[in-house]
Amino acid sequence: MSGVLQDEKDAVGTRPQIKRSSLRLYDLIPTGTLGLRTRRTRAVLSALGIAIGIASMVAVLGVTRSSESHLLGQLDRLGTNLLTVVNGDDLGGTEVELPATAAPMLRRISGVLAVAPTAQISTARVYRNDQIPTGQTGGLAVRTTDASLLATLQGSLKLGRFLTAADAPVTVLGHDVAKQLGIVRLDAGTRVWLGGHWFTVAGVLDPFTLAPEIDRSALISFAAAKELLDYDGAPSRIYVRTDPDQVTQVADLLAGTANPANSFQVKASRPSDALTAQIAVKQSAGALFLGLGAIALLVGAIGIANVMVISVLERRAEIGLRRTLGATRMHIAAQFLTESLVLSALGGLGGVLIGSGVTVVLAMAQDWGIAIPPAAIGGGFGVAIVSGVFAGLYPAMRAAALSPTDALRTTGG
Amino acid sequence: MTVLELRDVRKIYPGEPPVESVRGVSLAVEAGEMIAIRGASGSGKSTLLHLMAGLDRPTSGSVRLDGQHVELLTDLQLAGLRAWRVGVVFQQFFLLEALTAVENVASGLLYRGIPARQRRAAAVEALERVGLAHRMHHRATKLSGGERQRVAIARAVVGRPAIVFADEPTGNLDSAKGGEILSIMRELNEEGTTLVVVTHEERVAAACQRCIELRDGVVVS
Ligand SMILES: Nc1ncnc2c1ncn2[C@@H]1O[C@H](COP(=O)(O)OP(=O)(O)O)[C@@H](O)[C@H]1O
Ligand SMILES: [Mg+2]
Repeated sequence: MSGVLQDEKDAVGTRPQIKRSSLRLYDLIPTGTLGLRTRRTRAVLSALGIAIGIASMVAVLGVTRSSESHLLGQLDRLGTNLLTVVNGDDLGGTEVELPATAAPMLRRISGVLAVAPTAQISTARVYRNDQIPTGQTGGLAVRTTDASLLATLQGSLKLGRFLTAADAPVTVLGHDVAKQLGIVRLDAGTRVWLGGHWFTVAGVLDPFTLAPEIDRSALISFAAAKELLDYDGAPSRIYVRTDPDQVTQVADLLAGTANPANSFQVKASRPSDALTAQIAVKQSAGALFLGLGAIALLVGAIGIANVMVISVLERRAEIGLRRTLGATRMHIAAQFLTESLVLSALGGLGGVLIGSGVTVVLAMAQDWGIAIPPAAIGGGFGVAIVSGVFAGLYPAMRAAALSPTDALRTTGG
Repeated sequence: MTVLELRDVRKIYPGEPPVESVRGVSLAVEAGEMIAIRGASGSGKSTLLHLMAGLDRPTSGSVRLDGQHVELLTDLQLAGLRAWRVGVVFQQFFLLEALTAVENVASGLLYRGIPARQRRAAAVEALERVGLAHRMHHRATKLSGGERQRVAIARAVVGRPAIVFADEPTGNLDSAKGGEILSIMRELNEEGTTLVVVTHEERVAAACQRCIELRDGVVVS
């Protein structure tokens, strides 16, 4: 093709062929970074704009993902197949009784793996000893239950042992109760003053993320509750562990089965929904901050474009010289585009490093696992490069559009 | 052999009113010549130099540079011609401040697309020709005015172009330094470099074999 054109030209006149001007790819980087090396402070400051934008985006994605994977890990451990049944709270926040038959009825639903009835005993309070004036319970409750609770909640004991069927006046303390009463060690004589009786502390529970009301309860057996505290045998809160594949089917049946006469009062809930909701909240907050990061990036890119336009104005003589030395318009454009690309790549690299660093520090402070999505790192760097292209395009085109004589004349002469 | 030939070349800058800086100049430069184009400030010397060096195209008339009709060439061909066949020295030197002397000279070959090692070797040789080999690794900012202009001359001749143009090469220098530059240019010419020097100084014109007088864009002698 070009051979034909050259033949035609040679036929018209017998002029010698003109050698092409060309710039080696290898020379483009040193040529394109010359301006940056001359004006280092300016280069660093304008790269910083991009770095801040990218850093905030990477940090937001990293922190969101780390906390999310922490929550997901928690969910995974706790399971999403725990349901609770309550008969609503009265005005004072005390749980209302369910029919005494509720627990056995619930056990019959297919897909139910375990059921643990509990009842809050609103007349009883727990104190460290009998000297403390009544009323100062600090939000602690007394709750009666049986051995099925620990299995249903898949909980574990921090100290001692759980309730057994034969137990009379012993209690197992929820995590917060033990903490509030200052019980850090157990021995045979460790007692609490509960409902006007001394109860030996048999054990202390680990915290339950999905059942925080247990953390704030002192647990006693049904037998002890009936004998000492006039408990009538009706449950007020029932925990149900289901087959993981049948959670929703079981949940739909819970209210009607637990209290057929008054099913509309019964609230069946899935405590893990709170964790799921937290993830959703974190994700939407993450999206908001991501947007802010994008704005920071845009400002950074505008900063680079601005610096580049100034640089083109200041370097008209250099542009004129390079055209004199044989540079084409494309070579000039490539030089300035390289400059803004290098600026944004440095900014992007710095941003990814800073953003990852922030994520690592925050994740370690919160005791989460560190999970920085690779897409955030690759994407952050990619976005920096793209913004560098956009920031550099206009200044590069302006530089290329300059005619050699105009460029040379600007400094006088 | 004729390296440069101008026929009735005019340059009109559009505007209100249009400025006609060069009004029908015809001249020819033979290979190996050293000629001066002399004129007062504003007489159109720089404009003429830009036209002769292929940095601009004439409004009318023809410029034949190294056998090529400048007015018929595309931008790309013109760039190629400048990269391979033309050298230019400016009054303000126009060195790249961040680079050393030898790097500045090597930049004269940058747009030929030849390897850096070759460019550097040629640059060292060119610096020797202008007597500046000992200042090779000095930054441009560390050089005196006379040294800077010698670096600029080395950059213009490093690629052994068909013709070298100089626009007031001694204009920014005192007379002693100007004299040095002048004798370097004469030496280069004696070694075979074709030189066109634009100046308003009588002394520079006297050093050339031939002098063309320019007044208000017209050749008067
Ligand atoms: N780009 C331009 N636009 C308009 N007028 C110009 C331009 N360049 C030069 N001139 C005019 O052309 C005339 C010749 O200028 P120049 O070639 O620089 O002369 P010299 O180099 O001899 O001093 C001057 O009057 C100058 O103002
Ligand atoms: Mg001039």
